[in-house]
Amino acid sequence: MTQSEWPLWEVFIRSKQGLDHKHVGSLHAADATMAIQNARDVYTRRMEGVSIWVVESKHVHASNPDDAEAFFDPANDKVYRHPTFYDVPDSIKHM
Amino acid sequence: METVEINLEEQFQARIDADIRIEPKDWMPDAYRKTLIRQISQHAHSELVGMLPEGNWITRAPSLKRKSILLSKVQDEAGHGLYLYSAAETLGTTRDQMLADLHSGKAKYSSIFNYPTLSWADMGCVGWLVDGAAILNQVPLCRTSYGPYARAMVRVCKEESFHQRQGFEIMQTLCAGAPVQKEMAQEALNRWWWPTLMMFGPKDADSPNTAQSMNWRIKRFTNDELRQKFVDMMVPQAEFLGLTVPDPTVKWNEERQAYDFGEVNWEEFWNVVKGNGMCNQDRLGARVKAHEEGAWVREAALAHAKKRAQKAAA
Repeated sequence: MTQSEWPLWEVFIRSKQGLDHKHVGSLHAADATMAIQNARDVYTRRMEGVSIWVVESKHVHASNPDDAEAFFDPANDKVYRHPTFYDVPDSIKHM
Repeated sequence: METVEINLEEQFQARIDADIRIEPKDWMPDAYRKTLIRQISQHAHSELVGMLPEGNWITRAPSLKRKSILLSKVQDEAGHGLYLYSAAETLGTTRDQMLADLHSGKAKYSSIFNYPTLSWADMGCVGWLVDGAAILNQVPLCRTSYGPYARAMVRVCKEESFHQRQGFEIMQTLCAGAPVQKEMAQEALNRWWWPTLMMFGPKDADSPNTAQSMNWRIKRFTNDELRQKFVDMMVPQAEFLGLTVPDPTVKWNEERQAYDFGEVNWEEFWNVVKGNGMCNQDRLGARVKAHEEGAWVREAALAHAKKRAQKAAA
């Protein structure tokens, strides 16, 4: 019997040149080479990608959803960061 | 402490009611987590075991084209199993634990795979009927309340529609062939029709978990609703093929704008669920054998990775 599972990897795929890599899911693999090969077989069977990143899941650090409200609060009341906050006279073009 | 818990539950339900998806690290009631782990892992097991009745036909497919298609379909099922196991793992269970539960018989998988695939026409029925039923079950799950499950289902559904079409095409080809081929198609339909209706699960009245699952928006339709939809979809398709569904009570009901149909043999259903179907032992036996005989590969891969890491470090 196996004493331990293969490590878990997060998979990111660039669907075409010019777009960024996007998280698509995860898989188990013994090492990075195998993770990339498995990611190809699992996540790109229909030409969904032109490039693959894999990151071992244990290396991902994440914000805490329980603190989300306080954590993202600083952006909450700053409407002036959006262009729609400003009134531009109708006669002004190209702004 | 108790009021805090109640508060969390209320907030959780409010998010569900507002159609806000739940993500892995979010607070969730234990029962929600358990229900999801059970449902998602069962679903993953079904994909995995579902490869077996079809794998049997890969070397017997009537042409290279059919063989390539079937191989590709079986490969998809493996992929679907992987997406789903990964989704379940975000809830805190492990792949090893889920597989151990499958192999010990503790976890269930779809009973449909405990029926034998006797002829090539069965490959047609598995795609057309079984995958057709699976799609009906799965499309609403793309909007299920748990984010990773919903995302996995989007991917599964995209791939699944080819499965159904290739099955229908097999049936179409057989039905347009010699009388003996059409007979083969009809026999397969006779064998698969009722077990497929069972795939939607027990009647609503006998499905005590449905209400809670609907409330949590894990499920979006009841078993009986989906079963009716399926019959309404499939009867005209069978007619198109020139086949007859093996239920003499099937009749269009003008008032309901739906087909009336007969009662499923629930005794058979529960019997197969309990492990006494025609292929339960075969399927599980094949699964356990593959897992055990593959153990050395998993171990060797780990050892190889370790060796390479050590070399790289030195």
